Amino acid sequence: MNRLKSFKGGIHPEYDGKSLTCERASVDTPLLEKYYVLLAENAGRPPLPCVAKGDKVKKYQLIAEHDGFVSADLHAPTSGEVTGIVKISGPLGIPADAIEIAADGYDHGDAPFDILENWQSEESALLMERIRAAGIVGMGGAAFPSHVKLTVPPGKKVDTLIINGAECEPFLTADHRMMVEYPQKVVTGAAIMGKILNVSNVIIGVEENKLDAVTALTQQGSELNVKVETLRVRYPQGSEKQLIFALTERVVPSGGLPADAGCVVQNAASAAAVYDAVLLGIPLVERIVTVTGDVVKNPGNFRMKIGTPLMEGIKWAGGVTEEPGKLILGGPMMGLAQRSFNVPVTKNTSGILLLSVGQALNFSDSPCIRCGRCVGACPMKLEPCLLCSFVEGGRFDLARKGHVMDCLECGACAYVCPSHRPLVQQFRRAKSELRKKK
Amino acid sequence: MDMDVIAGAVLLMGGAGILLGVVIALFARFFKTPSDARVDLVLELLPGANCGGCGKAGCADFARSVVSGENPPSRCPVSSVEQVNAIAMALGITAGTQGRKRAVVRCGGDTLQVADKVNYNGVADCVTASLVTGGPKGCRYGCLGLGSCVNVCPFGAIEIVNNLALVHRELCVGCGKCVDVCPRGVISLVNAEAEVHVYCNSPEKAPEKRKVCKVGCIGCRKCAKYAPDKFTIEGFLASVNYEAQVLPVREDLDNIKCPTGALLSAEEHHYIEKHNPAWEKSEK
Repeated sequence: MNRLKSFKGGIHPEYDGKSLTCERASVDTPLLEKYYVLLAENAGRPPLPCVAKGDKVKKYQLIAEHDGFVSADLHAPTSGEVTGIVKISGPLGIPADAIEIAADGYDHGDAPFDILENWQSEESALLMERIRAAGIVGMGGAAFPSHVKLTVPPGKKVDTLIINGAECEPFLTADHRMMVEYPQKVVTGAAIMGKILNVSNVIIGVEENKLDAVTALTQQGSELNVKVETLRVRYPQGSEKQLIFALTERVVPSGGLPADAGCVVQNAASAAAVYDAVLLGIPLVERIVTVTGDVVKNPGNFRMKIGTPLMEGIKWAGGVTEEPGKLILGGPMMGLAQRSFNVPVTKNTSGILLLSVGQALNFSDSPCIRCGRCVGACPMKLEPCLLCSFVEGGRFDLARKGHVMDCLECGACAYVCPSHRPLVQQFRRAKSELRKKK
Repeated sequence: MDMDVIAGAVLLMGGAGILLGVVIALFARFFKTPSDARVDLVLELLPGANCGGCGKAGCADFARSVVSGENPPSRCPVSSVEQVNAIAMALGITAGTQGRKRAVVRCGGDTLQVADKVNYNGVADCVTASLVTGGPKGCRYGCLGLGSCVNVCPFGAIEIVNNLALVHRELCVGCGKCVDVCPRGVISLVNAEAEVHVYCNSPEKAPEKRKVCKVGCIGCRKCAKYAPDKFTIEGFLASVNYEAQVLPVREDLDNIKCPTGALLSAEEHHYIEKHNPAWEKSEK
């Protein structure tokens, strides 16, 4: 048997927590009284609200318009009344603006876009405009607007579209369920984006622990000429650069874009959102969120509207069995620890994770013992131990020479470090200092 | 051990030392850079702290700028009046007026006064910590108390007690290194003569401040009513008018009776829990 494709470095936790929820089909969630749609959801500039306090909105109605090219539209997740633009605690721990919508209980609204049944014969520009108007962003993590990714910079040639179904973060199974339950959406969405980019090579990369998804996607994919590739289970396979290497063996140059390696990478859930926008005519207002963790009573996958407070999601999962030690938005490796249960679900919230006190890692400032495990784990082939000591000594110039700017902040080094050193945090400091100096 | 080996080593090392010494002497002779005797003189009279408080790269750089007339000797914040006068005498120039400054940490929120918003256990450095959810302290404007300022202070004038930076007035020379490094901008350089300061930096509304902090200024205007020329109020934050003709003194505090304990003398800031009426009440 051939060795499965993957990249060099990375880690695989013995217990990845996926078994908690990977069999749990996504379920609909009841309508809430209030939704808080965060404005700063996407990478780039936040959109500008185009509704005011007291306005009645229909479901799918545009409520915030993109500001510039790297920005994404926002739509009302349900029908009701805008009760204000309020400051709530955002996922980054600092107050953020959100549009507060009081639901009227009907949850009705017509699909705002016409359905493009024959997308194969439509113009690329029209499809692209549809993706932009539907407010689709990368739903895996960074929430980078999809239409920006699909715009190939001048002078670059793209021949491969990669759909990221790796979902390498432990505990999360939102994309997994999406691919198992709606393979047709993912595959068709991928084919639509392939048409926009005018590439024939469309690959969906799925890790080996999701073989049911591989089967489902392969069945659907043959018709639309979308290939499905099984990958070895390895974190961080879902990172753009690592996925590109795993599937094509091409290397994105330091500081470069995937387009430099002739690739565009999109998330599987985003592909499904593209299907919704083109063939159902609806914008992105809902996503699958995994609510999981060892202290959650009934972990599972839930189709949540954007703007749902985290607390509600935890309630739907039956609450907790004991006092949680850490609340994380996203996965345990790169997710953001939260301090408030009122933070709303955004377009890139793939999971709500509650860890017990025992599972939450405590960092220490023990010295580096130069064991070099971090060097082996780093998927970017950096030397985290060395970089860390540069940063501790304030030598950001040396850290730059050591390519700290290429760090993905995936946390593989901190995960394997026997001294539990907060390596990623040091690199984030270095990156922020170096960006300041520019 | 064999004597030959020892003698060989002594000869070799000694010979090499003498040879290199001659080379160094020759270099010193023929490649000598002419130096200004006045610069050396000023450098000798300067304290040699190399703190950069004058705005120059170090004491040698400052000495050059004094000799060239760019800076008056009084620009050195570390030198005493006598030292500055000595430099001025030596060069035959005017000393200038010093206008001494001192650092003030405008926050009274130690762990007893301010609720933490998260249980932070990352890198113990304010700048690094402020990148994670803006820092662990409940107040977004107060001192984080992880000691970035302590690490840069060349005079050891700052101490962290209960997660709050305290400035030792007798050690602080006002070089401003702490001001530059603080990610919260909570430290400022003020007139060194001032003995009373408002220990709060938060422009938030009073109810918001009270939620997270027991000693935040609530903008009650008591101080401004007592001495309108000595205090200014902006929104919910009072501040001492350091430009005032007469600076507020310790005795004024007894008459003002600040209800939150944000207005303190510098000495009292070191024992903040004793001077907070709210805290005393809750203890009883």
